[in-house]
Amino acid sequence: MHWETVIGLEIHVQLACDSKIFSSASTTYGKEQNTQASLIDLGYPGVLPVLNKEAVMMAIKFGLAVDAEIADLSIFARKNYFYPDLPKGYQISQYELPIVSGGQLFITLDNGIEKRIGITRAHLEEDAGKSIHDKFSGTSAIDLNRAGTPLLEIVSEPELSSAKEAILYMQKIHQLVRYLKISDGNMQEGSFRCDANVSLKPKDNTELGTRAEIKNINSFRFIENAINYEVERQKEILEQGGSVVQETRLYDSDAGETRSMRTKEEANDYRYFPDPDLLPVKIDKKIIEKIASSLPELFDQKVDRYVKTLSIKHVDATEIAKNIELAEYFENALNTYNGNPQLLANWLITEVMAILNKDKIDIASLPISAKSVSQLIQRIDDGTISSTIAKNIFSQLIESEMSVDELIKEQGLEQISDTNEIEQVITTVLNENQEQKDQYLAGKEQVLGFLIGKVMQKTQGKANPKLVNDLMVKILSNH
Amino acid sequence: MERFTVKAIQNMLSDKQISAAELFDLYSSRIADYDQSLNAFITTDIQPNAAYMSDDQDQESPIDSALTGIPYAAKDIFCTQGIKTTCGSKMLENFIPPYDATVVRRLKKQGAVLLGKTNMDEFAMGSSNETSYFGSVHNPWDIERTPGGSSGGSAAAVAAGLAPIALGTDTGGSIRQPAAFTGITGLKPTYGRCSRYGMVAFASSLDQAGILALSAEDTAIFLESMAGFDPLDSTSVEEPVPQYSQYLEENIKGKIIGLPKEFFDGSLGSAYEALIAESIDNYKKLGIVFKEISLPNIGYSVPTYYVVAPAECSSNLARYDGVRFGYRSQNIEDLDQFYRTNRQIGFGQEVKRRIITGTYVLSTGYYDAYYLKAQKVRQLINQDFARAFESVDIILGPTTQTAAFKLGEKIDDPVSMYMNDIYTISANLAGLPAISHPIGFVEDLPYGLQLIAPHFKELNLLNLTHQYQKVTDWHQAMPRLLKSSEDND
Repeated sequence: MHWETVIGLEIHVQLACDSKIFSSASTTYGKEQNTQASLIDLGYPGVLPVLNKEAVMMAIKFGLAVDAEIADLSIFARKNYFYPDLPKGYQISQYELPIVSGGQLFITLDNGIEKRIGITRAHLEEDAGKSIHDKFSGTSAIDLNRAGTPLLEIVSEPELSSAKEAILYMQKIHQLVRYLKISDGNMQEGSFRCDANVSLKPKDNTELGTRAEIKNINSFRFIENAINYEVERQKEILEQGGSVVQETRLYDSDAGETRSMRTKEEANDYRYFPDPDLLPVKIDKKIIEKIASSLPELFDQKVDRYVKTLSIKHVDATEIAKNIELAEYFENALNTYNGNPQLLANWLITEVMAILNKDKIDIASLPISAKSVSQLIQRIDDGTISSTIAKNIFSQLIESEMSVDELIKEQGLEQISDTNEIEQVITTVLNENQEQKDQYLAGKEQVLGFLIGKVMQKTQGKANPKLVNDLMVKILSNH
Repeated sequence: MERFTVKAIQNMLSDKQISAAELFDLYSSRIADYDQSLNAFITTDIQPNAAYMSDDQDQESPIDSALTGIPYAAKDIFCTQGIKTTCGSKMLENFIPPYDATVVRRLKKQGAVLLGKTNMDEFAMGSSNETSYFGSVHNPWDIERTPGGSSGGSAAAVAAGLAPIALGTDTGGSIRQPAAFTGITGLKPTYGRCSRYGMVAFASSLDQAGILALSAEDTAIFLESMAGFDPLDSTSVEEPVPQYSQYLEENIKGKIIGLPKEFFDGSLGSAYEALIAESIDNYKKLGIVFKEISLPNIGYSVPTYYVVAPAECSSNLARYDGVRFGYRSQNIEDLDQFYRTNRQIGFGQEVKRRIITGTYVLSTGYYDAYYLKAQKVRQLINQDFARAFESVDIILGPTTQTAAFKLGEKIDDPVSMYMNDIYTISANLAGLPAISHPIGFVEDLPYGLQLIAPHFKELNLLNLTHQYQKVTDWHQAMPRLLKSSEDND
């Protein structure tokens, strides 16, 4: 039988708020255990939550960016279960009346087709703390620094039909929340995690099969592996005439497999009910309009502008816009640059990306300012240096405190555009390479490159290559 | 022994008849002398705030407010920084909060002096003070009887003169019923009037801090210092706080009181009915007009309450797991056993009963039939009141079914115990302010009368009660017990 895979994703995005969603404690990652938790995060007797408005604004931003409806009235609910890293014995989340519902986004499939993926809802909630089971022998430890961290849970419709599509969707959401500056999207730090609901159904069958939920996957590679493993597992069961059990499964990235965590029968009854400590959130239309009018340019718009207004090649525009920080770096460089933006784009995609990849750093950690890059390209454009020299200077900029112009001056790297000086070198080169000169004069024009190379060598690459070329041809033609 | 009102103490302090330190000592020694028979206090070994305790009468007090140097007691449900806050439970037997509840902080800031933490039903769940882990409180009018609950310790302390005034909380009648049972004045303000921050939660949508006092005037003096919006409590309301004590003499002539026929269906004893009739006459003499009204859904108050309150309690009390604070059993093998043992030993029977009830009504398959239904009925009860207040200023009714009953009489019959709150619960469900004030005695036991006002109209309640107390002296009657012990001195 031919099986169709049906996947729905629940993505937990940690919102980039300075303080927790219901307390004023800091959300800074990586601090000493249990130092970032206030009495509210610790669930002390008598304390009460107070909603962080910034988190609400961020949720609205997201909702608007995915064409969703923003609820004028939304409600926080308590999700009740016991676990030592859940201090209150309940998580404050949203159940009925989430803040965002009914959105959509488009993923671009390999064949170029745009596929619409529905977003069922996105709701605000607090994160739990962390249980640490492997650090102390015979005992578990609790770190509540993460408790109360604001999360936006984004739930997709079950409309993804392969691991590949799931990743495309996830990447799109990841890109979007970074564009909106509502999350740093840092997957290593757990700022972007995913649960996948996976089921199979016979092709053309409208009814969905029984699903398994794979919990807490925090990398694109793991989600691909986990879904592929799960699809194979379910296929095997179904083809042997068995039935899939509705359950929650964990992905073991070391073993590369999913394992049963709890079945439906063992599942918690969360006993959701509206949290009486928090008033319903009323969102004024005016606030929505204000946020809508201040939404940043998003990926598709950016690519479009790069292509149409800046005349950058589509493939390059996409490459730069893919990462909002890179795009911002590019635009910063562009601000102080008077030349062809494509040249700047080329430099970014080749030279800048090469350093980022080699040193495994992100653009924010690159010790070269956007202004330096624009200056460098400017110097190529105005003929001060050659692009070969520019590469040399670029690599020096990483270490050096000096500006582009200072480096050029200090090391005497200005391009030689003095005709007399170049003509002298050409004459010397032609004298030293009589054989190649004769070959050229006999009609073998390919050796021109060799001769020019010799000139560049003699000038340590400083000669203006175009000028060398012109003069060489001229001198040879006089022979 | 004389019971001093807050008003009287203010005068004594300003006339320098007594110092704040002497007052503190006076009440401390009263507690030491008399509380053995009442058990009204759980914690009394409190260091008074030195700033307000200077014996040097010439030295200017650092704070000059109406409350500077006024001693008060607080129900042990209010978190007090550095002072044990047990909530009447073994679970919190050794819990010392690192912070003050907002109302406590506000009183402290104005110079009020905490005398002690009063006994209460465990987590405020009970109507007789018998569910306290620290033993029952005894009613100063008859030590074989309950002072009511859950703010029984506060009521007994004020009635017996062991504190001039006390804080309580009222979730279903926990201030008004004990006030009635001990012959004092008890106010539950509007939901949202006083901050709940630092009040150990029982049922969050119903809990409200209030006052047990000897008079409406004292109540007004404290309320104006406690009330008001608190950014730490999202359910507190940004509504201006009147200087209640300045408006107590306002004319009440022509005010209309509604008498809900559902409150007077013949189920009260004739003696209590006679007292109410007499108090209605008193109010008529003060120029009040009476009108019969109907609150058709009021009969559903008790069942509605016993769905909503346990539901919220089951969730509110989930944090008592022994992980971060509270009772923690040793030598436990696994997590489930850890939770079970801590909660089994840490909580008493009534608390467990309500947690289980609440867990049940929120469960999948029962939520709609119980919790959701109860919320709808709650809306109907709200609407009943809203409609009634279109034509009346105040609603009058009994506070309790009877006078204080004997300790042990109802503790094994939860339903009969729950019915105790039949007249008080509706004000909590609708979030309305309500007061109970004394109206007389039957067989030497005090009875109270309840007045309910529209939201944020506490002033109407205090205004009426104050004028009633100017023409009657029931609120000045002192418990026999302490009088006789004084006579023996």
